[in-house]
Amino acid sequence: MASYSTNEFRAGLKVLLEGDPCVVLENEFVKPGKGQAFNRVRLRNLISNRVWERTFKSGETLEAADVMDRDMEYLYNDGEFWHFMLTDGSFEQFAADAKAVGDTVKWLKEQDVYTVTLYNGSPLSVAPPNFVELEIVDTDPGIKGDTAQGGTKPATLSTGAVVNVPLFVATGEVIRVDTRSGDYVSRVKS
Amino acid sequence: MMESSDPGALWRPSCSLLALQTRARLLASLRAFFAERNVLEVETPVLAHYAVTDVHISAVEAKMHLGRPDVGEAYWLQTSPEYHMKRLLAAGSGSIYQVFRAFRDGERGARHNPEFSLLEWYRVGFDHLSLMDEVRTLVESLLGPRQWLTLSYRDLFKRFLGLDPVEVSDGILAERAARVSGLTASSLDRDGALDLLLTHVIEPALKELDAVFVHSYPPSQAALARTDRVDGVEVAHRFELYIGGMELCNGYWELTDSAEQARRFSEDNRQRRLRGLPPMSVDPWFMAALQEGLPDCAGVALGLDRLLMLMLQATRLEEVVTFPVARA
Repeated sequence: MASYSTNEFRAGLKVLLEGDPCVVLENEFVKPGKGQAFNRVRLRNLISNRVWERTFKSGETLEAADVMDRDMEYLYNDGEFWHFMLTDGSFEQFAADAKAVGDTVKWLKEQDVYTVTLYNGSPLSVAPPNFVELEIVDTDPGIKGDTAQGGTKPATLSTGAVVNVPLFVATGEVIRVDTRSGDYVSRVKS
Repeated sequence: MMESSDPGALWRPSCSLLALQTRARLLASLRAFFAERNVLEVETPVLAHYAVTDVHISAVEAKMHLGRPDVGEAYWLQTSPEYHMKRLLAAGSGSIYQVFRAFRDGERGARHNPEFSLLEWYRVGFDHLSLMDEVRTLVESLLGPRQWLTLSYRDLFKRFLGLDPVEVSDGILAERAARVSGLTASSLDRDGALDLLLTHVIEPALKELDAVFVHSYPPSQAALARTDRVDGVEVAHRFELYIGGMELCNGYWELTDSAEQARRFSEDNRQRRLRGLPPMSVDPWFMAALQEGLPDCAGVALGLDRLLMLMLQATRLEEVVTFPVARA
């Protein structure tokens, strides 16, 4: 595996630190004109998701981490694993465990495309697209006509996720949700 | 300006038109400043046979092929014009200054670019204290009046770290540096630990202050400054100027003793070997000039790009240079 010098670190670079894959967030080069140079680096540990701040002597090297992001279609859940398939035409499939799927489980819809991060060829994490469209399976009866007034109510989606929706939205409708905030965006005409 | 990965946008300069205009005005002001004081403007080579021996400064190598692809005659892009300017001084130039493009391998960051502009000047008959006064006059002529503070290196560490850099043991110093950085104490030598505390604790603390002169450096960090006993402690007559926590200048009351200079160069190379760095050949012309006799003088190098950052209140070097190395 390749390695990188601290002088090559830039945001997005994936390296191994203490055996864990990390992504470089920020790299600050500090050096007194005549003195020794250091790199103050912020990294996110891709396994624990914790942010680490580390100082390196300039020119130190870290091994590259075999981490890559791939677009994959969600296929099904077999009770233990969530199965995904590459969208590049290879039909290659990957099984992600509950830890990799994490909170994304509440946005998983069959045939939608997700970003799966692979570490040494296995799913490390699954990220949803910014917006998903899901059906409401349960919410209080709608209030007709009153579309201008504010006020929301909880609605349970087909994935089990609960989002606050406007009062006029009814069970059986499909809505668009922003996965970053978990907010309702709009109704989707079917 | 944010660094873009889109090659279509990278043809543009990273600095504004205002930065171009301010740089032009800065250069005109500098030339007027030195003309008024009868300091002669000079030019010295960027491409030369020898480079500095400094342990923490790496020169960029340049090869000349002389029309034959298999031949590579090694030259170095100069990291500062110091040796050549001192040869001029030894040859009787009198006080001189230069606006110089310097190159340093691997130095890249918010305040570093491997290619940068230096203003370097030497004043015959000055000591470091009188040169510090002139630096102050020059800086205020460009940036307006500032709040000034002058501290010895020792007092700087006492004030911001509660630690006496002269008395403290190697072990306690390394332990403190390790705690601040997460590096292992055993991986830092004495000067490395001092540099670490300077960059990680003191420079950030200096952001709260305006202009701070630091003088009387440890002799191990003398570089090309003369050393002396002051109040029973050996110090180097070297100074640095920080403005808002950013290092702007490095100056010396220049070492004129050629035997001492030779000793420091071989110590540099001994340190280089210890660290697995290639030793650098000592510039024989520079040594010959010192033997011939460098007049008593003080000299200082000032980072022009950083001065421009201060004039424009920029936070990143790329805001004041046309094409930083990523797009050059």
